[in-house]
Amino acid sequence: MSPRLTVDGLCLDVPAGGRATRRLLDDVTFSVPAGEVFTVLGPSGSGKSSLLRCLDRLNEPTAGRVLISGQDMRDLPVREVRRRVGMVFQQPALFPGTIADNVLYGPRVRAEEPADADAFVGDLLARVGLPPDWTGHSTRDLSGGEAQRIALARALANGPQILLLDEPTAALDRNASARIEHLLVEMGSATDLTLVWVTHDLDQARRIGHSGLILVDGRVVEQGSLTTLLADPEAEVARLFVAGDLDSGPAAT
Amino acid sequence: MGRALIEVAGPLAAQAQFSFVNVAVALLMVAVAVALSFWQRLSLEKDMLLACARAFVQLLAIGYVIQLVFRSRSFWFVLLLLTAMVLFAAITSGRRLRPLPGAYAIAAIAITLASALTLVLLVALDVVPSTARYVVPLGGMIVGNAMNVVSVVGTRLMEELESQRRTIEAALALAASPSQATRPSLRRAVRVAMIPLIDNTKTIGLVFLPGAMTGMILAGADPLDAVKLQAIVMYMLIGTVAIAAVTAAYLVQRQLFTRHEQLRRLSGG
Repeated sequence: MSPRLTVDGLCLDVPAGGRATRRLLDDVTFSVPAGEVFTVLGPSGSGKSSLLRCLDRLNEPTAGRVLISGQDMRDLPVREVRRRVGMVFQQPALFPGTIADNVLYGPRVRAEEPADADAFVGDLLARVGLPPDWTGHSTRDLSGGEAQRIALARALANGPQILLLDEPTAALDRNASARIEHLLVEMGSATDLTLVWVTHDLDQARRIGHSGLILVDGRVVEQGSLTTLLADPEAEVARLFVAGDLDSGPAAT
Repeated sequence: MGRALIEVAGPLAAQAQFSFVNVAVALLMVAVAVALSFWQRLSLEKDMLLACARAFVQLLAIGYVIQLVFRSRSFWFVLLLLTAMVLFAAITSGRRLRPLPGAYAIAAIAITLASALTLVLLVALDVVPSTARYVVPLGGMIVGNAMNVVSVVGTRLMEELESQRRTIEAALALAASPSQATRPSLRRAVRVAMIPLIDNTKTIGLVFLPGAMTGMILAGADPLDAVKLQAIVMYMLIGTVAIAAVTAAYLVQRQLFTRHEQLRRLSGG
């Protein structure tokens, strides 16, 4: 059986003024089985966010392939890709309106709103650790952690097979960050959802992932099981990163 | 009792003819403005004189052109004149939308569609006579308003693209189509573009006396006729502006996305 997600020789060039281009991702290759948490590590500006954006086809790779359960992403309609591959950004970017408006957004744009919408939203809110009766609440006045939980519930409402997490806890205070991290790890182990989790935080990576890779300047410098990856990296630049000697701020890329 | 200072329906109304002497005397007011500018050191003298000279030359030119078109009694000349207006409008508006691929084409399509539909409807339904005397000035008003609205919608949508980038991409990531993802931005842009004309329509006669009506009254027409024409003008402009705004919004929105429904970055990088 093919892995849930396969990335094969992925490259991404972006315009850099005039005819020049800048390579953000260079020959990135990895695969993730169903139900695993895969961690993407790297210093800021290393291309982690660009990689995730390519996996949701928000950016168009210059070369290489992305396979979802063995199927080339380019052979699927783009909206089908984005339904199967959910994404949670560093900033929740909730829509104005109620919590239910946000959670039901995905089903509604496909004209597939569930008959019992209240129960559907309530279930998802419970899954992300919020009171199920918050359905009708406005999205204003939510804390950062609550907003991120809504963003997660909104992504889960599409029933994705793969969930991309772009520094999902980086904008939160320590307490909220720990609780969201716990929630995501639990969800990862309780379902067969595949998580691709971008973080710059090595301690977080130690707690969450099964396997992963380290990205520096758009190249994979180290790849494998997280325990060996973080304990004894082979590449010099990976050793520097793990030792904290490369800049590892949370800046968006 | 001597001569009344202001004659009602006097010789001016009957003929409405002006000599260049009248125009030259009106320059007195410009002289006053220049003197004020000089005295207050506004350094606007040069600008004002240049503006007045330009206005005179441009107006004279278009006056001769319109006179030529009227005398020719040819439908084709009318069409040519209207086409030229649309062309200038499209270049002006397109320049505002330049960061977009196909900016000039977008402006040209939206302005042409809105203007043509309005004019054809007006003439076909016999709202105004299909003579150059009506079609040319009304056409000018229509094209001008369409141009303004296309510029506003386009620039506003491009701003929205930057300020709402996160929200739009969050919607795309939830499998929304580009038009679903940009619907709120599109709505805001169209509303912003249309509100000035709607407000003008609301306050017409109370706050300002609009051009068409003023012109007709000056030219000696019955004020009630002038009012009717003005109502026609306002109603037709609302239609034009709505068509132009929605068309431009739709076309601009399409250019904001790639073939694979990815939101473009207009400023590179």
